[in-house]
Amino acid sequence: MREGLIAVVGDKDSVLAFKAVGVDVYAVSDEVEAANTVHALARTYSVIFVTEQVALWADAYIKRYRSRPYPVIVPIPAADGGTGLGMKLIKENIEKAIGADIFVDKEEK
Amino acid sequence: MAKLNVNPTRMELRLLKNRLRTAVRGHKLLKDKSDEMIRRFMLYVKENRRLREEVEVELKAAMKSFMLARAVSSDDALEEAVSMPGTRAMLKASSKSEMSVEVPVFDVSIVGDEKYPYSFASVTGELDGSIASLSELIPKLLKLAEVEKTCNLLADEIEKNRRRVNALEYVMIPQLEETIKYITMKLDENERGATTRLMKVKAMLEQQKENGQ
Repeated sequence: MREGLIAVVGDKDSVLAFKAVGVDVYAVSDEVEAANTVHALARTYSVIFVTEQVALWADAYIKRYRSRPYPVIVPIPAADGGTGLGMKLIKENIEKAIGADIFVDKEEK
Repeated sequence: MAKLNVNPTRMELRLLKNRLRTAVRGHKLLKDKSDEMIRRFMLYVKENRRLREEVEVELKAAMKSFMLARAVSSDDALEEAVSMPGTRAMLKASSKSEMSVEVPVFDVSIVGDEKYPYSFASVTGELDGSIASLSELIPKLLKLAEVEKTCNLLADEIEKNRRRVNALEYVMIPQLEETIKYITMKLDENERGATTRLMKVKAMLEQQKENGQ
């Protein structure tokens, strides 16, 4: 059991809105900052939402926590629209578990 | 397939037969586990896709209205408005075992009832809408986090399990079977050797007897 804290990391435009709903917010603007922030937060927070840009920047750290139950790091689309990273990760999971993406047909329809 | 490097003795044969039994049983169990894990994984993945699609649409809408609010009022006013939130999202994070994989479980509660902790005079109405939809979205976001992590962990475990099943099926079990076959043949050969030797000795003794008489 760990203390349940939620954080959001991303560019200022995207994360400011979360501040109003009572979630801890960390604004970052470049790659080094993003990686350091995610790394530092991973110790204390159980859920970290990151914008897709930050997810790309801090990829090395995020991969490290992927196989552990905590912290849960979830990419969310930023204010300027999503890049489909979240869906890509789901696809990767399916391919890993089953060997092929069996939802391909559904998407094409 | 290479056989194991063992002495062809009865004791070794017995040990190997026991190992083979365990390996076959383990293989069956792991295969069943793999089937069940894939079944559950499919359920989770479907939910994951559905949740993510929903969340992405809703989040984009909420952020859009926030951007609009930002465009209308000044940066300072907006930052001031959201700097002292009246609510706080609290989380009880525990974990449960899903097919013996440790997965997170969240229990969300929003404390505080002042949804809009700012003066309505200083900011526009878009902010209200954006914050309302965002705070409604928080439980869904956390559900997404939970399901996505579960999918991640299950996928890892399924991959690991598949390796184990394959190792048993294509390496361990054939190796053991081969070795058991080798030992049985060797033992049979020895036995036949012993029988012929006895027959030979008997024949030689009878020959001697005849010659002596």
